[in-house]
Amino acid sequence: MSGVHETIEAVWRIEATRLIAAIARVVRDVGLAEELAQEALVTALEVWPEEGIPDRPGAWLMTAAKRRAIDALRRGRMLERKHVELGLELERQQERLGDALDHALDEVIDDDVLRLVFTACHPVLPVEGRIALTLRLIGGLTTAEIARAFLVPEKTLGQRISRAKKTLAEAHVPFETPRGDELNRRVESVLTVVYIIFNEGYTATAGEEWMRTALSEEALRLGRILRRLLPGESEVHALIALMELQASRSAARRGPDGEAVLLPDQDRSLWDRAQIQRGFAALERAQRLGGGARPYALQASIAACHMRARTAEETDWGRIVLLYDALLQVLPSPVVALNRAVAVGMAWGPAAGLDELDAATALAGESATASYHLFPSVRGDFLRKLGRLSEARDEIRRALAMTKNLRERELLEKRLRQWEKATPSA
Amino acid sequence: MPQYLIAIQHPEDYDPSLEGEAMIRDIAALNEEMDAAGARFFAGGLESARHARSLRKQPGGGVSITDGPYLEAKEHVGGFWILDCADLDEALAWGRKAVVACRVPVEVRAFLRIRPKRESPGRGGSA
Amino acid sequence: MPQYLVAGYLPDDFDPSQMDEAVGREIHALNEEMIAAGVRKFACGLGAAKSLRPQSDGGVLVTDGPYLETKEHIGGFWILECADMDEAVAWARKGVAATRGQVEIREIFFVPTPE
Repeated sequence: MSGVHETIEAVWRIEATRLIAAIARVVRDVGLAEELAQEALVTALEVWPEEGIPDRPGAWLMTAAKRRAIDALRRGRMLERKHVELGLELERQQERLGDALDHALDEVIDDDVLRLVFTACHPVLPVEGRIALTLRLIGGLTTAEIARAFLVPEKTLGQRISRAKKTLAEAHVPFETPRGDELNRRVESVLTVVYIIFNEGYTATAGEEWMRTALSEEALRLGRILRRLLPGESEVHALIALMELQASRSAARRGPDGEAVLLPDQDRSLWDRAQIQRGFAALERAQRLGGGARPYALQASIAACHMRARTAEETDWGRIVLLYDALLQVLPSPVVALNRAVAVGMAWGPAAGLDELDAATALAGESATASYHLFPSVRGDFLRKLGRLSEARDEIRRALAMTKNLRERELLEKRLRQWEKATPSA
Repeated sequence: MPQYLIAIQHPEDYDPSLEGEAMIRDIAALNEEMDAAGARFFAGGLESARHARSLRKQPGGGVSITDGPYLEAKEHVGGFWILDCADLDEALAWGRKAVVACRVPVEVRAFLRIRPKRESPGRGGSA
Repeated sequence: MPQYLVAGYLPDDFDPSQMDEAVGREIHALNEEMIAAGVRKFACGLGAAKSLRPQSDGGVLVTDGPYLETKEHIGGFWILECADMDEAVAWARKGVAATRGQVEIREIFFVPTPE
């Protein structure tokens, strides 16, 4: 049986978002709402181990938060932030605030959670601040959990969150859902945050962990929350599709000793069929909503092409090249161009792939590609297939100098060893 | 993400048509909440156990089909949720809410996560 | 289309790691068949249980173990979407054959939101 603290943390995880959204609805300040909710949690951690978990933990936490809010009002914490009409005498203000908070939890609607999402992912914040706030406010994760997931000290993460909240307050970011063109841009920012969280879990950028499943799963959960909030937004469905399809390969991405296994070498019977079905269904939804040519939908379509092939040899590389062509139109980037070159190499041979890759590198400029190890790694692969072994090995050595990820390094080193043993023969 | 089954336990003669309005509201609110939290994968209320059919493998081969539930018990699963949760603690936190909303006991169980066995490279052919 | 719960019962001391490989293959094949037929919405095997009971003082008591004190418990189930009870029974028969076990069918009469 888990301890009472784990129980409370779990209760918190499922209550936190609505609680913070409800408080923010009244005080119109996400940072303050989060602080009040946290203070309520601290009270719960003191009281619940003695008195047991209440029947309606959300309502209990709200009552605790209300006391803190009135306290804060009395001490002037809210006046300085100009949340309450200055004309009213304090007692009347307290009463009004208390009433509003009493009802807030009953009234909290999806729109409030959506406002919370948009605020957490506001472009005024640096990306790392958006990620931390999103996991904290919508994911209900503790600072310690987020710090662990991103391999940074808890203190650093705590500072990141308080800086983000301060920035929001100073920029007077309103607690609202953007409209019109602004909405599209802001949805994009939200999706980017979710996808970064997913990828951070899926391929750790540094350290020993090849996968931090918890983060990927959290991103998937965030995706499902967004789907409910923005059901007509095709790219939300497309991002879910992309994440489901990538995550469905998790079990196949590690060999028996934890080493990385790349797509063509994966045992496809280890792919999670149920998750693939979920991914296909989400992609179909995105396409039905008319978003088939948008960036996440195209990336999901490419993933779907891989998932449909029963063996690596069956992969429809010609179609993948076409999808990358379309993706380059809407999302021109050196990485997309690199992936397109890989697809070209698979479809029409290493010489064609090498030409595409060199053209992409020239177009992007050395500086844009100099920090990404897959450029030399892919180039090395093409060269080896063309029998130019010593050039191939040089490229792999260049790639090795560029990546810190242990699993990727192992993969590159293994390749280098194999190629050193091989005799040059075309 | 692990999945959990939260199964509601109802007495044998449970009649869903007699559920009070407040309870129906509470259950609907809980469903909404699970959905909004991105936790709910599937949920269903079951037709009462009296309408169940049971299939038993016969010792001499063949299958017998009878009306009524398989277990001779005073209570039966009356409905369930399948939830995506980070861990058992989170599933239990939802389970608590289910007990409160439905006014009956519930059972929480994790789904087994059995991955297909890796085929060794040399194997294959005849099964 | 109506949905059905097809639940398989297993003895209390069932150990999934001791399951016969042939049985595993047959269950796998049945799942493939259900997917191909487009009837399978969900399938699973279940792990150990915890029980939550409402208390007279308003609290919730959490204990290890299944709620019902019986010798057998649901060990896994399918959620199928099929035309009628007869079709569900037909699938359940296959379930009996594949799992070598006992199976119960219940209609799902209420799904909270339209999918």
